[in-house]
Amino acid sequence: MSQNKAKSKTGQLDEPELAPLLKLSGITKSFPGILANDAIDLTVKQGEIHALLGENGAGKSTLVKIIYGLLKPDAGTFEWEEVVLSLSNPAQARSLGIGMVFQHFSLFEALTVCENIAIADDQKLNLKTIALRIKEVSDKYGLPIDPDRYVHSLSVGEKQRIEILRCLLQKPKLLILDEPTSVLTPQEALNLFATLENLASSGCAILYISHKLAEVKSLCGTATILRNGAVVATCNPKLETAKTMAELMIGAKLHNIKRPKKSGSHDNRVQINKLNLKSNDPFGMDLENISFDIQKGEVVGIAGVAGNGQTELMAALSGEVIQTGSHETIFFDGVGVSTMRVAERRAMGAGFVPEERYGHAAIKEMSLKDNALLTTSQKLNLIKKGFLQSNEICDLTHKIISDFDVRTTGLEMETGNLSGGNLQKFILGREILQNPRILIVSQPTWGVDAGAAVFLRKSLLDLAARGCAILIISQDLDEIFEICDRIAVLYQGTLSPLINTESASVDQIGLLMGGKTTE
Amino acid sequence: MDALPVVLTIITASTPLLLAATGELVTEKAGVLNLGVEGMMLVGAIAAFATAVSTGSGLLAILVGAFSGVAVAAIFAILTLTFLANQVATGLALTIFGVGLSALIGSSFVGISLEPLPQLNVEFLSTIPILGELLFGHDVLVYLSFIMILLAGYFLSKTRPGLILRAVGESHDSAHALGYSVLTVRYLAVLFGGFMSGLAGSYLSLVYTPLWAENMTAGRGWIALALVVFGTWRAGRIAFGAYLFGAITILQLHVQGWGINIASQFMTMLPYIATVVVLVLISQDRTKIKMNAPQSIGKAFRPAK
Repeated sequence: MSQNKAKSKTGQLDEPELAPLLKLSGITKSFPGILANDAIDLTVKQGEIHALLGENGAGKSTLVKIIYGLLKPDAGTFEWEEVVLSLSNPAQARSLGIGMVFQHFSLFEALTVCENIAIADDQKLNLKTIALRIKEVSDKYGLPIDPDRYVHSLSVGEKQRIEILRCLLQKPKLLILDEPTSVLTPQEALNLFATLENLASSGCAILYISHKLAEVKSLCGTATILRNGAVVATCNPKLETAKTMAELMIGAKLHNIKRPKKSGSHDNRVQINKLNLKSNDPFGMDLENISFDIQKGEVVGIAGVAGNGQTELMAALSGEVIQTGSHETIFFDGVGVSTMRVAERRAMGAGFVPEERYGHAAIKEMSLKDNALLTTSQKLNLIKKGFLQSNEICDLTHKIISDFDVRTTGLEMETGNLSGGNLQKFILGREILQNPRILIVSQPTWGVDAGAAVFLRKSLLDLAARGCAILIISQDLDEIFEICDRIAVLYQGTLSPLINTESASVDQIGLLMGGKTTE
Repeated sequence: MDALPVVLTIITASTPLLLAATGELVTEKAGVLNLGVEGMMLVGAIAAFATAVSTGSGLLAILVGAFSGVAVAAIFAILTLTFLANQVATGLALTIFGVGLSALIGSSFVGISLEPLPQLNVEFLSTIPILGELLFGHDVLVYLSFIMILLAGYFLSKTRPGLILRAVGESHDSAHALGYSVLTVRYLAVLFGGFMSGLAGSYLSLVYTPLWAENMTAGRGWIALALVVFGTWRAGRIAFGAYLFGAITILQLHVQGWGINIASQFMTMLPYIATVVVLVLISQDRTKIKMNAPQSIGKAFRPAK
């Protein structure tokens, strides 16, 4: 790893006279137990789109938080327009002309668009002036938005637009975007790229954080690749292949997974007939007329942008929300389960992996051993006459840890200390070891590093090969295309018909995700 | 029954609730749940009463009462905001502390009575029949209670500092990321809450009774807290709730006076139950509740360094 560190692939075409806008040297930041940033050097020039590439946990977020004044580095120098500075807070960063669009939006749901922008505005303008400026800037960059709408009523793409507008009103010299396309449809992403190119050509530098290599290749002129907190390479992504950059990011060879040909058996494991559900959350999405089926040994994928009813669908399928209607809408193995609770559905051989890993799938403060017991006690007979079978529980936990390569310090480790990838391996392992007939998984690899993601997807395919019917609800289109046999799209609470993966195109699915059907 | 004196007593019964609830509204909108309102009111009440007895100055008594509320709130703020103590537990402790402290100080003031605060009579206007008596000729705290709830409502919805305060209560992490000092905003909000609770206590011991009795707030601090929550953090509804409570408190006394055969305990319960039930019934819209409820209420804020 360290021999790569000095390696700098220069394919730079920038003119030498351009002075760097931002120059970081030797930035180091450690948190208890980890070195998040290890002597990082980074130079961003005016008007360039600079990619910051790396896996989850590579130190990208820490680095940009330092640039934005949210964290203070332990060592290293920060040079802005050739002046050495020390930032103490984000307001100071903004006054220099640094704007940031967060991955998890820093918006206030209960405030209007206008108020949200006003609060981030350092010039302390009144709301009327702000509304006018919003119109002006949104027209200029093609980011339409109504200033008087409440943020909670907006789609994710629109929320991101507010974040970007909020930065643009400050006339930034450097705009930082943290994984901006993770919440967008492919078409929305293209619109965003056009906006960014427009901005860059007007002189604003852009620091673009991503792990999606294709978009970095098409958008960025320079890429700095981080791994384990250190810079492993700086390159021109247009001259690299996605594979070489991925290997630099991961530090190992990537294995592609092959989806086995479907056997074509017909054994209706899951049947959903005209499922309607009013959301419990006033800001949620109601489900309308959802129908689909999953056959034995099949993986069905539900694509869609977050907030289109995924949470509600998962809750209805798992039994966290119970149907009250008069007729059955959900059938597992031909048996109506609409009025069954989670445990009864599990007893029928169904397994569930909810999107929220803490709070729904596992309990942060409990040990791995206790978490292993939570969903397995019934099926694996781990409680006898009201007493926990300690030995069997330990054996099971050991098996999950070894079969699914969970990196832990032991069975008693507090679950909250697992990294995202390890936690998901543990949760999925716990379900798979019960040999479910039906497995319903929401966001299987969200926020998981690429190595673990490949492992998780492979585990799901293996399980399907053994005959399990699997439903994947995911925002990650690449993942859906990689492992699913049939795909449907959830948009505004309604589900498109299932399409065979072989005959589906990314464009077609992308349009459905934005609510349009192909003509 | 003559209506005017009834209305005047209703105003007197409602004012302390309105004062305390205004303070708690601002505190909660900043994302802090201070359950110590009752304790702060009691400390404010005895401090004001003791000052009035020893100096004879009403204005000084009000000020001392209010700032004793601030002092007690400061203890809460330091514990929960700086030392990240649990807000619920600390608030409950604060009430118990306030009850004890006020009883200790108050032991030598039991049985002393006081001239009530002067009415602010306006020449001529106060002599207009009915209207004059109704609108003019109250003491300074009654006017202040109206001014403060109006100001608080205006401040929260229309001003920039109010917007920042709401943002801090809505999502402290986002507000921090934008560069606002979450702790400064919350300290000020908690101290303001203490100030208003202190005023409410002063009103009880200087005007409402006016004398000192142990635990004289009789749960009004808790009702003020309930008003804020059941009034869904909206100034108008909180004022309505405060007056509803005041009105039922007084009316049930009159009803008891008519000799209707209902156990007096039930009648005494009535204002508490009726206020909560009415506010729950008029605040059914869940979207509105979610919009107005500060999302980060009660959560400790720990910024990464």
